Amino acid sequence: MANLLEITGRETLSQLDYVGSLNIQWWATLRGMRAALPLVGNRHRWRAAVHQMLEIGVDALPMVALMSMCSGFILAMQGASELRRFGALHFVIDLVAVGFTRELGPLLTAIAVSGRSGSAFAAEIGTMKVTEEIDALKVMAFEPVEFVLAPKYLAALVAVPCLSIVAAFFGILAGGLFMFFSTHLDLLLYFRYVLTSIELRDVVAAMIKSLAFATIIAHVGCLEGLRVRGGPDAVGRSTTSAVVRSTFLVIVADAIFTTIFYFVGKA
Amino acid sequence: MPLISVRDLVVEYDGRRVLDGLNLDIEPGQITVLLGGSGSGKSTLLRQILGLEHPKSGSISIKGTDMTRCSQADLKKVRRSIGVAFQSAALFNSLSLEDNVALTLREHTALAPSIIDLIVWLKLAVVGLADFGKLHPQELSGGMKKRAAVARALAMDPEILVLDEPSAGLDPIVAAELDELILFLKEAFQITALVVTHEMHSAFRIADRIAMLFDGRLLAVGTKDEVRANQNPRVRQFLNRVPANPMHTPALASYLERYVQSQEAKP
Repeated sequence: MANLLEITGRETLSQLDYVGSLNIQWWATLRGMRAALPLVGNRHRWRAAVHQMLEIGVDALPMVALMSMCSGFILAMQGASELRRFGALHFVIDLVAVGFTRELGPLLTAIAVSGRSGSAFAAEIGTMKVTEEIDALKVMAFEPVEFVLAPKYLAALVAVPCLSIVAAFFGILAGGLFMFFSTHLDLLLYFRYVLTSIELRDVVAAMIKSLAFATIIAHVGCLEGLRVRGGPDAVGRSTTSAVVRSTFLVIVADAIFTTIFYFVGKA
Repeated sequence: MPLISVRDLVVEYDGRRVLDGLNLDIEPGQITVLLGGSGSGKSTLLRQILGLEHPKSGSISIKGTDMTRCSQADLKKVRRSIGVAFQSAALFNSLSLEDNVALTLREHTALAPSIIDLIVWLKLAVVGLADFGKLHPQELSGGMKKRAAVARALAMDPEILVLDEPSAGLDPIVAAELDELILFLKEAFQITALVVTHEMHSAFRIADRIAMLFDGRLLAVGTKDEVRANQNPRVRQFLNRVPANPMHTPALASYLERYVQSQEAKP
């Protein structure tokens, strides 16, 4: 029993330490973010941020689009098979439109970015740790947070919401294609229905979620990289850990935000 | 007045004492070699001098600034006057050799790009890599990487050059070339150098003063002749390359004794 308590206590402290480290890193990065901004910041950091935006956003575009199309088809078909029994097939449009705008667009994007970019951040920074590049930055009078983390965070804050919009569009498009082939509903008419079913607050909620997911993915990836101790095997472990932890935290954050928006919406 | 002054330095990792009350002065314009076996605390002392880690007690003063208690701004100011070549070279793999050398010049000075290009070429020429500027670190041999790290360390014309195991893992010819390069740098730029090594031939070739570390303590500090004449048994053992007798290690002896007893006790 004492052993169980000891393990629970140790694990709790370890998780608190992790969350505390994430918050400290987030605050430090926010303070160093000015350096990565265009016009007011350092042009080298801004260039690095743009490069990261292309890697996180543009390079992930085909994958996110395809994932969203597939999910859109699945959601439309699953919805249609049930709603058809009640003669409410037209509600598939609302289901897909609202589902992708509020929920699946940001979530699918976050999962894809976590797998692609969160792991890449951890591997890149972990390798820099192992090869003493982070120490080299320090002794060259650079601030690693400003040099490495800030451009990545800024890039994630821009790229993830943009990708979420793209994901929502392709998911809704897939729903439209399903409706076209199953009920011969014209695509233009379909999109007109979509626009009537989506409200501004759905889009705002999606953007808030996307920014939160971007923060989680960027900071978990960077923290896992910075925590690397040892050799190349530790880099591999940090990469895996970055994906697992960021995906888990994204889903937890999604649940929290959805609950908040649900009650705010009711009020 | 010494350029670097270490006073009563104590460093502990998880309660294990790694450096035990160290005192060391490094005079300007001299090459000081930090000699010692693996695990003697050489790299730890170097990391302390560079302000990468904090000691348990004691102080390290560089050009009058206490590295253990100064502000981040002062730390950066001191670091700009130090050039460091790490054991692993720690070149930025994403940058070409030219960009590695140019990094500090671009970020810490307002020099025109054409002037920076010229300085970079000169620094690479000093280490014999003028024709390899466009290559990336992963395209270089071990010796070339070490020389490139020296070129990067020289970029800002530092007052102090710190080299961590410059000849480790290199063939004797390349190692000898690096020794000559260090001597050339001292003659040409009147640089103060701190070189960490466990290679005695290299140490006695380049050193003005030698400090020998053993188990976190300085056994001998002095000129080459003074160290050669030192009669401390550990110093003699190191200089004469006498292997330590593992049977004299108390832990191993008691383990073997217990093992023999357990074998005898078997039926």
